[in-house]
Amino acid sequence: MAENEEKAKAQNRCPDNSAFKQQRLPAWSPSLTAETVLPFFYLLGIACVLLGVLLQITMQNTQEIKVDYTNAESCDMCFETRKYKVNASRECHCSITFSLKERLEGDVFFYYGLVNFHQNLRRYMDSRDDAQLLGRIKKLKNPSVYCGPNFQYANGTPIAPCGAIANSMFNDSFALFFHPLVDRPLRVPLFRKGIAWYTDKNIKFHNPYVPNESLPQVFQATAKPLYWQKPVYELDPNDSTNNGFINEDLIVWMREAAFPNFKKLYGILDRQSSKMFEQGLPAGNYSVSISYNFPVQYFRGRKQVVLSTVSWFGGQNHFLPIAYLVTGCVTVLVAVVLTVVYIKFGKKGLKMED
Amino acid sequence: MFKEKPPPEEERKVRANDREYNEKFQYANNCIMTSKYNIITFLPVNLFEQFQEVANTYFLFLLILQLIPQISSLSWFTTIVPLVLVLSITAVKDATDDYFRHKSDNQVNNRQSQVLINGTLQNEKWMNVRVGDIIRLENNQFVAADLLLLSSSEPHGLCYIETAELDGETNMKVRQSLPVTSELGDPNSLAQFDGEVICEPPNNKLDRFCGTLYWRENKYGLSNQNMLLRGCVLRNTESCYGLVIFAGPDTKLMQNSGRTKFKRTSIDRLMNTLVLWIFGFLVCMGVILAIGNAVWEKEVGFLFQSYLPWDPPVDNFLFSAFLAFWSYVIILNTVVPISLYVSVEVIRLGHSYFINWDRRMFCQRRNTPAEARTTTLNEELGQVEYIFSDKTGTLTQNIMTFNKCSINGHAYGEVIDTLGAQPKRAQRLDFSFNPLADRDFCFYDQNLLDSVKLGEPAVHEFFRLLSLCHTVMSEEKSEGELMYKAQSPDEGALVTAARNFGFVFRSRTPSTVTVQELGRSVTYALLAILDFNNIRKRMSVIVRNPEGKIRLYCKGADTLLFERLHPCNHDLMNVTSDHLNEYAADGLRTLVLAYRDLSEQQWEDWAERRRSAERAADYREDRLAAAYEEIEQDMMLLGATAIEDKLQEGVPETIAILSLANIKIWVLTGDKQETAVNIGYSCKMLTDDMSEVFIINGHTVQRVREELRRARERMIESARSREGGKEGVMDWAACSLENGFGGQSGEQGGWHPQQEEKPQQGSPPAPALPSLLDSISGEYALVISGHSLAHALEADMEREFLDTACACKAVICCRVTPLQKALVVELVKKHKKAVTLAIGDGANDVSMIKTAHIGVGISGQEGIQAVLASDYSFSQFRFLQRLLLVHGRWSYLRMCRFLCYFFYKNFAFTMVHFWFGFFCGFSAQTVYDQYFITLYNIVYTSLPVLAMGIFDQDVPEQRSLEYPKLYEPGQLNLLFNKREFFICIAQGIYTSVVLFCVPYGVLSQATRNDGIPLADYQTFAVTVATSLVIVVSVQIALDTGYWTAINHFFVWGSLGAYFTILFAMHSNILFSIFPNQFHFFGSAQNTLIQPVVWLTIALATVVCIVPVLAFRFLKLDLKPQLSDTVRYTQLVRQKKRKPGGRGGRGAHGGVAGLGGGALGRLGRAGSRRSGYAFAHQEGFGELITSGKNMRLSSLALATFASRHSASWIDTLRKKKQQPPQPGGEGSPASSYTAPLSTSSSMLGPPDTQAEETGNTPLGLAPSGSSSAVTPTPVRSPGGESTGGWVVSLGAVQVTPTASAPVSGLTSRISFHV
Repeated sequence: MAENEEKAKAQNRCPDNSAFKQQRLPAWSPSLTAETVLPFFYLLGIACVLLGVLLQITMQNTQEIKVDYTNAESCDMCFETRKYKVNASRECHCSITFSLKERLEGDVFFYYGLVNFHQNLRRYMDSRDDAQLLGRIKKLKNPSVYCGPNFQYANGTPIAPCGAIANSMFNDSFALFFHPLVDRPLRVPLFRKGIAWYTDKNIKFHNPYVPNESLPQVFQATAKPLYWQKPVYELDPNDSTNNGFINEDLIVWMREAAFPNFKKLYGILDRQSSKMFEQGLPAGNYSVSISYNFPVQYFRGRKQVVLSTVSWFGGQNHFLPIAYLVTGCVTVLVAVVLTVVYIKFGKKGLKMED
Repeated sequence: MFKEKPPPEEERKVRANDREYNEKFQYANNCIMTSKYNIITFLPVNLFEQFQEVANTYFLFLLILQLIPQISSLSWFTTIVPLVLVLSITAVKDATDDYFRHKSDNQVNNRQSQVLINGTLQNEKWMNVRVGDIIRLENNQFVAADLLLLSSSEPHGLCYIETAELDGETNMKVRQSLPVTSELGDPNSLAQFDGEVICEPPNNKLDRFCGTLYWRENKYGLSNQNMLLRGCVLRNTESCYGLVIFAGPDTKLMQNSGRTKFKRTSIDRLMNTLVLWIFGFLVCMGVILAIGNAVWEKEVGFLFQSYLPWDPPVDNFLFSAFLAFWSYVIILNTVVPISLYVSVEVIRLGHSYFINWDRRMFCQRRNTPAEARTTTLNEELGQVEYIFSDKTGTLTQNIMTFNKCSINGHAYGEVIDTLGAQPKRAQRLDFSFNPLADRDFCFYDQNLLDSVKLGEPAVHEFFRLLSLCHTVMSEEKSEGELMYKAQSPDEGALVTAARNFGFVFRSRTPSTVTVQELGRSVTYALLAILDFNNIRKRMSVIVRNPEGKIRLYCKGADTLLFERLHPCNHDLMNVTSDHLNEYAADGLRTLVLAYRDLSEQQWEDWAERRRSAERAADYREDRLAAAYEEIEQDMMLLGATAIEDKLQEGVPETIAILSLANIKIWVLTGDKQETAVNIGYSCKMLTDDMSEVFIINGHTVQRVREELRRARERMIESARSREGGKEGVMDWAACSLENGFGGQSGEQGGWHPQQEEKPQQGSPPAPALPSLLDSISGEYALVISGHSLAHALEADMEREFLDTACACKAVICCRVTPLQKALVVELVKKHKKAVTLAIGDGANDVSMIKTAHIGVGISGQEGIQAVLASDYSFSQFRFLQRLLLVHGRWSYLRMCRFLCYFFYKNFAFTMVHFWFGFFCGFSAQTVYDQYFITLYNIVYTSLPVLAMGIFDQDVPEQRSLEYPKLYEPGQLNLLFNKREFFICIAQGIYTSVVLFCVPYGVLSQATRNDGIPLADYQTFAVTVATSLVIVVSVQIALDTGYWTAINHFFVWGSLGAYFTILFAMHSNILFSIFPNQFHFFGSAQNTLIQPVVWLTIALATVVCIVPVLAFRFLKLDLKPQLSDTVRYTQLVRQKKRKPGGRGGRGAHGGVAGLGGGALGRLGRAGSRRSGYAFAHQEGFGELITSGKNMRLSSLALATFASRHSASWIDTLRKKKQQPPQPGGEGSPASSYTAPLSTSSSMLGPPDTQAEETGNTPLGLAPSGSSSAVTPTPVRSPGGESTGGWVVSLGAVQVTPTASAPVSGLTSRISFHV
């Protein structure tokens, strides 16, 4: 018995004849050949060009109007006012005008834009407490250390919402007016809700909830951020459901921009409410009246108002179609070069001299 | 375990059978421990070792950095998760390794040995054997410790050992116990033995031992001759007893093994350099970004302070920059991926398993698979340029077979060849007519047997010579069961051949040889043995046949023998010479046989002359040689034998393929020059097509230098003449200085495959000498012997030697010591920057195996020392081609591809942070989610590249063997070097630029189709990360050349895993539990439903991949590699479905098959080599004539016992003792027995009374006695030879009268059995 076992053991020393162990697994070994590479290049190039053309055409149906109001027109005065911190609490209103040569068709989006504002600094981005914004009572009173020493407590009271991001929230407000040639100016209706990600609005941001307490009561023990004029539960005086952490302007602001120049959605044209704007914004003169609060001169920033329409793949974007067109053309060009090289050299190159 | 270390021993005192006494000294016991850890020490020791690795410490440092909040730009877990993973994988591997070491230690430690305890033999485990114990060994057992031989079952306390494991020599060696102790034959008397040995402390000198035995008030000197060392195997000795002197780690074997040097591959070293460079790069990036941060903070950040004031400790922009530097070091650390080292190890481990699993490297006969004992060297196997091979046991099997012979002008044994190919190998001859035939003997030529049976006198004389002229000893355990003990296998083969053809050498006494000639027992009187030595290259015996005729039989090298033939042999000599040429062409070792009839007068005269030569005080050896010379004249040629030193299977083919792969093979052997050269020819390392074979054989420095110089001059000269004498070749002395190997560039550049075929017609513009030397390679061979090598390896000559040797295609170093082997390897390693591989089977190869970059041991033999020291082991030399050309090549390829890709993907990944730095105020904000950073290297991209690194194949295995040139990129280090590295880095950086710019360009302005801008950070992060994963996946798909199901699984799986994990990390559930940890919540679903995002990803991918693809295609067209060509051909072939058509074979492959014997046999004139088929040392001649080794066969003993008092034998036994002659002076001593026998004047010199010191002039004592007793037995049966017969001729005391009757008896016994 033992001997047999030993024998079997001895025989076992021969490795298994499995495809895996013998490195003979069935495999596909593709290699670059002219038959595969050249058509691929041509096809790819052509596809890119076509896509580029398609995008370009789509793009032409979208429009974008950008108006810098930092110190334009009457806002110059406000710009000067905001230069000094002592004036921080002084209200300042101004307005700018612009005209649309063509109608902005379809949905029109109203953005505010900031230039040279760094929402993407590491310490800035860290300086928030998502748990607090999620409505955790504990965190409301006891915000995360990530908010940073200045934005966590003001004189010992916890700040809600804490952190540098919230503190620096953009607080200009806008009213867009249409100036028909014949009529008096008409306020363009804007949806001020539905401007944030659905997930942000509904899941990521919640107001702290304490049974039988109203929102101000819940926030009672907290302070508003340093630079804010109004506490968080009074952000939207017009819509009580848009207050607290679920205020959409706050949510929009809290979604940090990746680059120093960015725009954020402020409102969407309400096409239903008025016949005039059913098709979008008609051509003509417009004015934006601004409650000018946000100081940008400290960091040499600019403020803009942006109006734009979208297509199936989004707003106006010149980069993408051009990039596709260029890539496609280059690819086709490369393909041609490769073909030439292949015909001149490659055909011989790979042949075995047999 | 933690005993105090005793101070270093100065001398060792051991008392036999006295454990208490010996324990005082705390000698090491016989337990060996090669393992590193035990369960308790494992964790701390292993961690300590691991943190000695720079990389690991670096990551630990990073981890500490990350714990500083001001710096921490990443969460701590991004570093700790990979670090822990890496540490634990390594720890598991170390633990497994150590487990196996424990196991093998246990196995050795638990071997059984018989220890004498309290007067009885008890079985004990090896590890329980203590210093001072007496243990009993049996035949074929391994010696358990270093023993002092006390007694043995053989007469005179002799015992035979094989030291293959120690020094690699396979011939047997004799050890002898001290006379005083050799009588202690039984356990009881041994138990009483209380001698004390005082000797040197443990050391590693194998050939030296010095000590003294104090016993019964006497002192006895001990030498190596009395020692049995651990690792030896007892042979031909029933049993013996030994006293343990050194045990376990103190044994010479263990002292010699030393700690294995940790070998690193060149890729390893390159990788370390590159990692350092990358560190440098990292620091540069950090500095750039820190400067950027300083500038930014000063210009912009300062203004932005109202929104984001500096953190408390920071009070100015410089401090902020300082912190930014460290923050960026943390972020960018992924350019030095922590998983690099562990991935490399995993890949190597995989390759090692493939080697272990390879059935084509499994030897059925020995039942041994190949084994990768070191798992860290695999890719180096693909870069080997020099192979240093041992001969015996590696190239050859050390089996000699009598293959062919030429008798009286007739050639026999050619059957196989005349039949051509071997569909029907001729029938093995049937030797059943001969009851004494050796069953293992094969011969195929019926004609020879017929000639024997027909009684052709020449044939009979031929075999008679073979049965008489040798120093083989026979042993006949039972009737008809003959065993030959030959000192060299050649002799054994010859005597065995004679035996099977009916001339059976049966037994010998010091003065007779008994041969069974075709069934008839004939006893010849052995008058003299003119033993072999290196200069004579022949041996003769002078015998008197029963009819009284005296005849000298001689066998030896043809060159020497042909000179000494009688002129009438001229015609026969020519015919035989032709045959010899043929044999030589087949690589057979040849011997010429001749005889000479001597008249009684001639004999007497000559015997007298020899005796006087023997007595001469000065120049004795020369005089003796002259005397020998005198009688070996006018001989009659009988014929020639051809012995095949059986090569291992497939050796010539392997060597042919390897040299086609540009691997240079050097044979380093302890063998004689002739043998080595012969093997060189038979394994086709040397061919007759070679322009010249230089033999360096000088004994002095000057001479060696001279010979080397001449060799070079010859080479240069012929190269110059072929170059048309165009350039004035500089004076060599000058060249040898500058053509040296400092200039590596010339070295590498010059080595082009075309050059070796034919020196080019249009000579290169300015051929530096190295290239000149390279261009002539392939035509020359160098043979250098050990004593010349000693000079050649001296510091001032080594370069010269290396120059010359490297210009030759084949180099054979013969008679080299193990140390020299290592030195030669070291030399090449030092100056050539080439990867060296040493292959050997014996312990004498250990040093070379350890020195070379890669050591290969031939396993399955008895000795395992080489295997233990080796990095790879298998049992057949021919597996080397598969190991190198298939496994090595693949490993190298895979490793290079792996590294290229690995660096690429990490640069592509990490550098995006750098570009982003310019947009985020150099604030060390990462581009990606921290979980992505954590998992990128260990989950998202690790497995596909591992799969490629483990499974990839560019061409199928059989192509690698078909086109050995495919091996070249590895030698030239083309696939991964600094240039390739920079290309990878550049590609990585390019990719990172694209990955940053394309999303930036698109997203910064884009909005979703519901108007919400896409330029938020999280969308950007997800887009870039997704593009990155897709781009690197496409890239790995492009790099993978061999898509197995596993590759598919891993590539697609990684992509799948990425998206799965992405969605999981951004999911509701995790966010609601840890809102601050998973604040990317919702990004994935919001981002990845946007068509713009996908268009961006697609664009980035296209922009990244198109240039790569275009470059690859261009390279394929303009500069195709051989592997591309092969691959392409393969593809075409597959398409054409022509399985048989092996198109390119002729072009590149065409290896050994066509070469073979047929080609080699043509035009081989003048290259005859006489393999001198004798032992390395002078023969057993002296032992034979002294009779010491003669075994008292049980049969004889019984007869004695019955007829004579046992006491007589005892007295004889007590009186015997002369330690056997150690090699050197054997021949004179032995050969002067015969002449003396005629003159009884010399009878019994009384001064030979055995002194205990054993310092008697040895030449005299035995011969004196034999002289007293060796008249030829036939003529005077009363010959007193019996003393020698029974015990030893050293027994001078035996009076002739006493021994006379015995001798008659014994001769009868032995002659008529």
